[in-house]
Amino acid sequence: MIRFLFKGLMRDRSRSLFPVLTVVIGVMLTVFVTNWINGFEFDFIDSSARFNTGHVRIMSRAYAREADQVPNDLALVGVGSLTDRLREQYPGLIWVSRIRFGGLLDIPDAAGETREQEPVTGLAVDLLSTGSPEPGIFKLDEVLVRGRTPRRAGEILVGEDFSRRLNVQLGDTATLIGVTMAGGLAVANFTVAGTIRFGVEAMDRGAIIADIADIRAALDMEDAAGEILGFFGDFIYRDPQAREMAARFNSRRAGDADEFAPVMEALAGQAGMGDLLAMVGMFSGMVLMVFIGIMSIVLWNAGLMGSLRRYGEIGVRLAMGETKSHIYATLIGESLMIGALGTLIGTAVGLAASYYLQVHGLNIGFMMKNASLYASNVLRAKVSPASFGIGFIPGLAATFLGAAISGLGIYRRQTARLMKELEI
Amino acid sequence: MIKRRPAWILVALALCLAGAQAPSGDWILQKVDENFGSDNKIVHSRMIIHGRRASRTVEARSWIQGEKKSFTEYLAPPREAGTKMLKLGDQLWTFSPSTDRTILISGHMLRQSVMGSDLSYEDFMEDRKLMDLYAARVEGEEALEGRPCWVLELTAKAEDVAYNSRKVWVDKERFVTLKEDLFAKSGRLLKRTEVKDVALAEGRWIAKRVVFKDMLKTGEGTEFLLDEIRFNAEIPDYIFSKASLKK
Repeated sequence: MIRFLFKGLMRDRSRSLFPVLTVVIGVMLTVFVTNWINGFEFDFIDSSARFNTGHVRIMSRAYAREADQVPNDLALVGVGSLTDRLREQYPGLIWVSRIRFGGLLDIPDAAGETREQEPVTGLAVDLLSTGSPEPGIFKLDEVLVRGRTPRRAGEILVGEDFSRRLNVQLGDTATLIGVTMAGGLAVANFTVAGTIRFGVEAMDRGAIIADIADIRAALDMEDAAGEILGFFGDFIYRDPQAREMAARFNSRRAGDADEFAPVMEALAGQAGMGDLLAMVGMFSGMVLMVFIGIMSIVLWNAGLMGSLRRYGEIGVRLAMGETKSHIYATLIGESLMIGALGTLIGTAVGLAASYYLQVHGLNIGFMMKNASLYASNVLRAKVSPASFGIGFIPGLAATFLGAAISGLGIYRRQTARLMKELEI
Repeated sequence: MIKRRPAWILVALALCLAGAQAPSGDWILQKVDENFGSDNKIVHSRMIIHGRRASRTVEARSWIQGEKKSFTEYLAPPREAGTKMLKLGDQLWTFSPSTDRTILISGHMLRQSVMGSDLSYEDFMEDRKLMDLYAARVEGEEALEGRPCWVLELTAKAEDVAYNSRKVWVDKERFVTLKEDLFAKSGRLLKRTEVKDVALAEGRWIAKRVVFKDMLKTGEGTEFLLDEIRFNAEIPDYIFSKASLKK
């Protein structure tokens, strides 16, 4: 029976070509947009975690309240022993200490006086310890534009565009003017080892990366850090696990009134991240719904037109004694075949387009000039296993709905009037 | 017969009544400027900065010439010792011995705190006479810590002033500012200074202990202690040169 219906469809191109093309376009767009949103969501979470929030982040309570102002005077102290305890309690996580800082970067002339000066935001991470995960977390080898990564104390990496603005060359001295943890004036000399471009506007806008030991010495933050970040070993963020871990960590200190006691926050619980992620999820669901809706209407219309064109054929079939239910079932069977065929082709085309965007990306840097989100300037899709099957939902559902609604007309035909209708 | 009073009694009465009236705001401001102003000053001071975790004391010696030039050398704590600052007109340089660098402080850095205190570099730079910067109006009289004061409302005459308006309490007899509220253009209170101790030095009344409070920050503020002041002292010219920063 299936073979019979399939042959009928293939031989009558007006019944197969237009509906299949509709399904192909719809499914292709669904697969492509799903992978595109998936890519943005993955990139946003990944960049935010690596550069800013970790999968979980530990700060002092006082620091956490004003975290956007980077109040290093409220930083965590006794970071060495706290990190050791965290490694014992959560062996599956990678723990790193970081210091964010701001100030001025001053470039001297030959006489040692100010030649160029610009406000700077910096990040101090463990660049020099043997086996430190930080160079890998920041993918320093990939983002390096000129020079090399720091190999000895006193060396820093400067944002490529920032270095050009300051007209600073590799090997030049750059003086950081900032504020110590105690609030004093901090002045420290560094040597520019290399320049970097993360492709994340929030990171590249006047940023430097320095070794945490150097910044601790410069800002008088011995055994202190603004933040301790924790990453799952596979670098995949798992929200329920992170939230549960943070809740357990904080409940152990619930009775402690010390405003400098550590507090843990999961990625999705930090600075509106949860709202953003919920919005991305909602948007992705909405896209699917809209595609299913639009395609159903288009296919319903196609089904109606087909029914009108096949008015005579259905009448003859009814006159020959075929039951209405059987005709309705064959129409639905045909539509499912068209849906399956269109979905297969549409998924293949959508996946191909997604792979292209995953590999090559689309540079939207011009739209991210003042962005504060940790999202890449290059928009990439991410092909997920789910995207291999997601097209079947709109592909089959829409064709089924279209045929089911338009096919209801069969039940309105009256056998008694068939002869008149067929003008026999 | 009515005896006529001599005319001089009426004149004296009129003069007394005039004397009892409040002097003008500008006159009070001029007296404040005269009391503290001098060509040269050498000052030894301490700042006790109360942070949220701990307090620390920064000790400094300053050489000041008129309104345009000042040179400060920090003496303690050890981390800050040897740091020097030179102000020439509207420019401010700092020298850090650990880096052997002379750095021009400019832009947004001028609004940053000096050594973590409640004073900004802008506050540090602002030592022009109040008369030149503000128009004064007497708002009333009030007693502060038992001292009768004029309450003045100052409004900036120029655009390049750190605070758009001030409310100051001036001791009626000593012409020392005992309290000051500093406001932004929006009317928001930014800083408050309160004089806790006044002493006589070289025939002038000066504020010996002042508490500065940045009203936008939490904390107990910064105490400024004036340990020693010499008015009209001899200051060699080389002090106010960039070369002296590295000496």
